[in-house]
Amino acid sequence: MHNDQFIAILLVYLVRMNTLETENLIEHWDIVIGQKSSLFELHLGEVWRYRDLLLMLVKRDFVATYKQTILGPVWFFIQPLLTTITYVIIFGNIAKISTDGLPMMLFYLCGITLWNYFSECLNKTATVFKDNATIFGKVYFPRLIMPLSIVVSNLVRLGIQFILFLLIWGWYLYKGANVHPNFYILLSPYIILLLAIIALGTGMIISAMTTKYRDLVFLLTFGIQLMMYATPVIYPMSVLSKKYALLIKANPLSSLLETFRYSFTGSGQFSWISLGYSTVFAVILLFIGTVIFNRVEKDFMDTV
Amino acid sequence: MSDVVIKVENLSKQYRLGEVGTGTLSHDLNRWWAKIRGKDDPFLKMGETNDREQKGATDYVWALRDIDFEVIHGEVLGIIGKNGAGKSTLLKILSKTTSPTIGKIKAKGRIASLLEVGTGFHPEMTGRENIFLNGAILGMTRKEIKAKFDEILDFSGVERYVDTPVKRYSSGMYVRLAFAVAAHLEPEILIVDEVLAVGDAEFQKKCLGKMKDVSVKEGRTVLFVSHNMTAIKSLCSQVMLLKNGELSLIGNTDQVMNNYQLLFSPSSRAEFDPDSKVTGNENIRLDSVELENNEEVGRFCINEPLTLKLSLTNRKVFSPINVNIFFNHLDGTNIFATCSTKRQFDIGPMNLKCRIPANFLNDNIYSLSIMVVTESNSILDVNEALVIEGFEPPREAGWLGKFPGYVRPKFEWQDY
Repeated sequence: MHNDQFIAILLVYLVRMNTLETENLIEHWDIVIGQKSSLFELHLGEVWRYRDLLLMLVKRDFVATYKQTILGPVWFFIQPLLTTITYVIIFGNIAKISTDGLPMMLFYLCGITLWNYFSECLNKTATVFKDNATIFGKVYFPRLIMPLSIVVSNLVRLGIQFILFLLIWGWYLYKGANVHPNFYILLSPYIILLLAIIALGTGMIISAMTTKYRDLVFLLTFGIQLMMYATPVIYPMSVLSKKYALLIKANPLSSLLETFRYSFTGSGQFSWISLGYSTVFAVILLFIGTVIFNRVEKDFMDTV
Repeated sequence: MSDVVIKVENLSKQYRLGEVGTGTLSHDLNRWWAKIRGKDDPFLKMGETNDREQKGATDYVWALRDIDFEVIHGEVLGIIGKNGAGKSTLLKILSKTTSPTIGKIKAKGRIASLLEVGTGFHPEMTGRENIFLNGAILGMTRKEIKAKFDEILDFSGVERYVDTPVKRYSSGMYVRLAFAVAAHLEPEILIVDEVLAVGDAEFQKKCLGKMKDVSVKEGRTVLFVSHNMTAIKSLCSQVMLLKNGELSLIGNTDQVMNNYQLLFSPSSRAEFDPDSKVTGNENIRLDSVELENNEEVGRFCINEPLTLKLSLTNRKVFSPINVNIFFNHLDGTNIFATCSTKRQFDIGPMNLKCRIPANFLNDNIYSLSIMVVTESNSILDVNEALVIEGFEPPREAGWLGKFPGYVRPKFEWQDY
């Protein structure tokens, strides 16, 4: 009798399993809107489907910035040029910080070109929720598109500024200054990619936190400025004492700037270990950033 | 069963009232502590039904509570309810701009919403560029937009200006272009809010026609939110009635419509939550509407004059404005509107009253909407701000039937 009961229960169970399974088979839903989904569901496929939007947003950024200006994209040149001249005067001539034997103009421009890209990306991604609150509140699209478009549209800007850098670099090369480019130049796209990833990752983490606590916005501008001094932008690694060098090397951006400068000019330091460290750091940041960003995007509209 | 395209299960949405930011850190910590101990979110237990007329005891309200329904393929479902009943919240969740607190929505196919047309339009970009940008935001690929480009342009009727930046467009052209993009999205499920309130009559007709096409010819599913009962009646096969965030009734149009009208109990005074986004914005806010000195709640004698008192708060409007009262029939038909003289108001409270002569209104129920208008556009629009009912004192003798018509003016009659 016990056996019978057991079999009966088993049968009922099996039948139920079966119906459950068929139900699941029949019920195919394209969209499921629920509460927070799993932490690691990143919807990257969806982001890919919206790639055209990314391009349109990049185009929008461009058109919006330079319509109705006379000089248009020339402004891309003027800004880094003026900053470089300022640095040459202040850090080079007044403070007399070493440039590792490089022409000052080239040394600073090299740092500024990369740093500008990083700080622009970080600044914009960090406030992406706040800046796009109206559009996010009305239409759904994968929110990740917005920070990505920022990184890409700044890449265009970087490209133009890079031309300026190449021109000045070429001129010094032609003049026979103490400039020795080497094969590590091939690493530059990778370096820019890492810069973008670090900016994107950090920016997304901050943006997620600023939706609720606006305080971070104030810290940000200040923080980026401090960060620049903790990165070899206006000084070479070689001037640092051992104690400080370790501290600066802990900054994942340092090896990127050093490598870039080394590859184009032959002065500075390069090590695969530092670059590897930056890579690992960047990947971790990007991952954490994406997870947090996806978590917040769902109901940030209620808190922003 | 395979015909169900939207399935909403046990959907609830909680909002925190008041200022977000103050005290959120302590609440967050509280939540986090509960989570660590494996307990439920302590703030989910709180919360009340969303009745704006009552002051709540806690800061948490349920904008939606336990909503369950299904929508069949090809159906046009109307969603009605008074202001603050949760219609917009439901649509926001459906269009994925906010997520539910509890519950799930499952859907088949692409959902697109016409909640706000023209989102992401950039004033500096040309019409052509904006069609592509807006289309991409709404989820179309470049190829799809290209294929439909001519159709979109044709529908919008702004061909001549397609290479002009949209900042030079008139507001009408802007809306047409925006709507045209959205209308050609061809989603399986289309969500329409009261966008139809924009544009001229001809364009509205075009829009309604397009909606009908979408549902009838193309067999798509439409969710339609409106205060306009005539539009609901002519378009929807099923109607859902929301009341204080709860699903009050769902069923065929006529049945639900009758119940909807029962919701409107006349009242003498309506006061509005100063933080509400429905009755106020950063420019101006409606504080209260009152039917002056009447003995019976919300009822007035049609043989006597009546006075409506409005109080508003001007937050930052410096240009001349006028305040309109729309008298509507419960089915949404506008009967007439009356407006104050246009002038500039100081920042701060604005008190206005409107006197309506005796022997003008009929013994009907009137729903009043308030609209504030500047030189060119409306800056505040509050539907169903107050419901009042006219009654007639007993007639002496003779005919006792009801006078027909929305109004019953007493005009001069003479022998000649």
